[in-house]
Amino acid sequence: MSILINKDTKVICQGFTGKQGTFHSEQALDYGTKLVGGVTPERGGETHLGLPVFNTVQDAVDTTGATASVIYVPPFYAADAILEAVDAGIKLIVCITEGIPILQMLRVKAAMAGTGVLLIGPNCPGVITPGECKIGIMPGKIHLPGSIGIVSRSGTLTYESVYQTTQQGLGQSTCVGIGGDPIHGMNFVDVLSRFQDDEQTKGIVMVGEIGGGEEEDAAEYIKAHVTKPVVAYIAGQTAPAGKRMGHAGAIVTGGKGTAEGKVAALKAAGIVVVNSPTDIGVAMKACF
Amino acid sequence: MNIHEYQAKQLFRTYQIPVPEGRQAETAEQAAEIAGALGGDGWVVKAQVHAGGRGKVGGVKLAKSLAEVAEFSRELLGKRLVTIQTDSAGLPIQSLLIEKIYPIKRELYLSLVLDRASERLIFIASAAGGMDIETVAHETPGQLVSVQVHPAAGLQAYQCRKVAYTLGLQGAQHKALARIMQGMYDLFLAKDASQIEINPLIETDSGDLLALDAKINFDDNAVAIHPDILAMKDPAQEDDKENEAQQFGLNYITLEGNIGCMVNGAGLAMATMDLVKLKGGLPANFLDVGGGTNVEKVCEAFKLILSDTSVKAVLVNIFGGIVKCDVIASGILAAIEQVHVTIPVVVRLEGTNVEEGRALLSNTGLKIYAADDLAHAAEQVVRLAEAA
Repeated sequence: MSILINKDTKVICQGFTGKQGTFHSEQALDYGTKLVGGVTPERGGETHLGLPVFNTVQDAVDTTGATASVIYVPPFYAADAILEAVDAGIKLIVCITEGIPILQMLRVKAAMAGTGVLLIGPNCPGVITPGECKIGIMPGKIHLPGSIGIVSRSGTLTYESVYQTTQQGLGQSTCVGIGGDPIHGMNFVDVLSRFQDDEQTKGIVMVGEIGGGEEEDAAEYIKAHVTKPVVAYIAGQTAPAGKRMGHAGAIVTGGKGTAEGKVAALKAAGIVVVNSPTDIGVAMKACF
Repeated sequence: MNIHEYQAKQLFRTYQIPVPEGRQAETAEQAAEIAGALGGDGWVVKAQVHAGGRGKVGGVKLAKSLAEVAEFSRELLGKRLVTIQTDSAGLPIQSLLIEKIYPIKRELYLSLVLDRASERLIFIASAAGGMDIETVAHETPGQLVSVQVHPAAGLQAYQCRKVAYTLGLQGAQHKALARIMQGMYDLFLAKDASQIEINPLIETDSGDLLALDAKINFDDNAVAIHPDILAMKDPAQEDDKENEAQQFGLNYITLEGNIGCMVNGAGLAMATMDLVKLKGGLPANFLDVGGGTNVEKVCEAFKLILSDTSVKAVLVNIFGGIVKCDVIASGILAAIEQVHVTIPVVVRLEGTNVEEGRALLSNTGLKIYAADDLAHAAEQVVRLAEAA
């Protein structure tokens, strides 16, 4: 088994007929994802990439039975898209969009409280269960079905981890990019707990970066609840304080959220922390 | 995005947050004129730069006569101010804020910030104002109070009372503080701020509350929908290269080393800098060229990196996901020729069609080194920079 998604997951795409939506939907279909349709307001009834287009997420859900949605709409429309998906009964929302205003995400998260709907992202590469289902912008080819669960705040560092665990012959159970924004959906702990409960997952790679305190929370959680080997890497050791390093959430403010603090917390919890991003695969392999 | 204190205080006035009487000046004559119009027998001359810690380095001066206002203004204008929050070059002083002086009974601290852990806006207050809040949190955590505002409910009266009691405010001051807090909250939401800080919030001898300083930061993701805020941007207070990068959709941050870095993805860009350091070098910059790397972007990225004359070698690290490595390699080659890059460039490519990509970069007659893997690439670029 994998976590969150598998070969039977029915997925729709919001922003389906746009440039990004079209390109990545084609890639997802090529990969074998059960993409069953898409949503673009005012385009309902059309066919795009051989699939039905709907005006609303509700129409799409009612007609196709989709339980997951991937969002490729521009930043100022993304909060609306997320809440529309919640309202329509989607269970897993993957929001790829980068650049959503923080206050909009704050309201979205408050509105989602208690609904039980899972949100991945925004500002993330998405989620993939290799060989079964790809929801997002990650290159499918580098993945290999296998035993390592990967969770990361960074897109390209997720790919690095995937590539290295593939090279080592370990493969991946599921890879989740939780996103680089300060306010986002599923966090490290949400994903780690699922990896711990998943039989297919034998080891976990966790890639964090400067900013916030989620890595510290993860360290505590792993110490108390995770029995599988975890290899961690934290990016941003050379990042200057007070500067936003590309990701909206990657910033050290008031001495908080430093790479050193996170590395120390993870090490104190007995987690293998690699100094170099090139050692992730080797370190994971060494755990078996 | 940051703005100046005088701009923050203009916004405060709009939101009924009391501030000292004063105005911004760009010449010494203007400064004296403003002081004269304000009246009284003492004024404060404050250098307007996007950094805190001005008082400790002579950026804030008390003048006792109009002649002194002019004299201090002449001293400050045109200079660069180096504070604990700037780099060693400091920031240019192009304008001043001239304000009346108020008798201070107490200095308090009040801010409204985003708390990532609770996903709420929180007010933080302390009776120990004037100090750096991190120092207060460290030395006297008991003096800090914070209240979380639920986005649906908004700021409640009891939350303002809680802050007022903790700060030891009395009588009419409770109402005054509630008005200030509501103003901060309304301003934060209306303009998509990311932080509003009043340090110090003063209690005058007559018991009035006044925002003696004002600092507002805005959410970069939202400034596009606030033209009034965008108009307050002062490029002179920002790094030229960082400004230029923004225009081309690149994320660039100047650092102090001699190895230029060009990477796709923010996380990988940070990791690449870290790796350069781990191998004994020092990165000259953070640069994320983003997902869709095209020739134009790579050209601009090279121009930016090379405009820093301390750069001795460049490390290009691209994880070709959906874009194929051979396409990226031709882009890099075109850019190197177009921009006339003469210093060594180490390229690490990984992903689809990596062999074809590396082949294109080999035997070009240029100083391009196609690395087998990232660790070797970092070692090689450090060696080349040292040898240069």
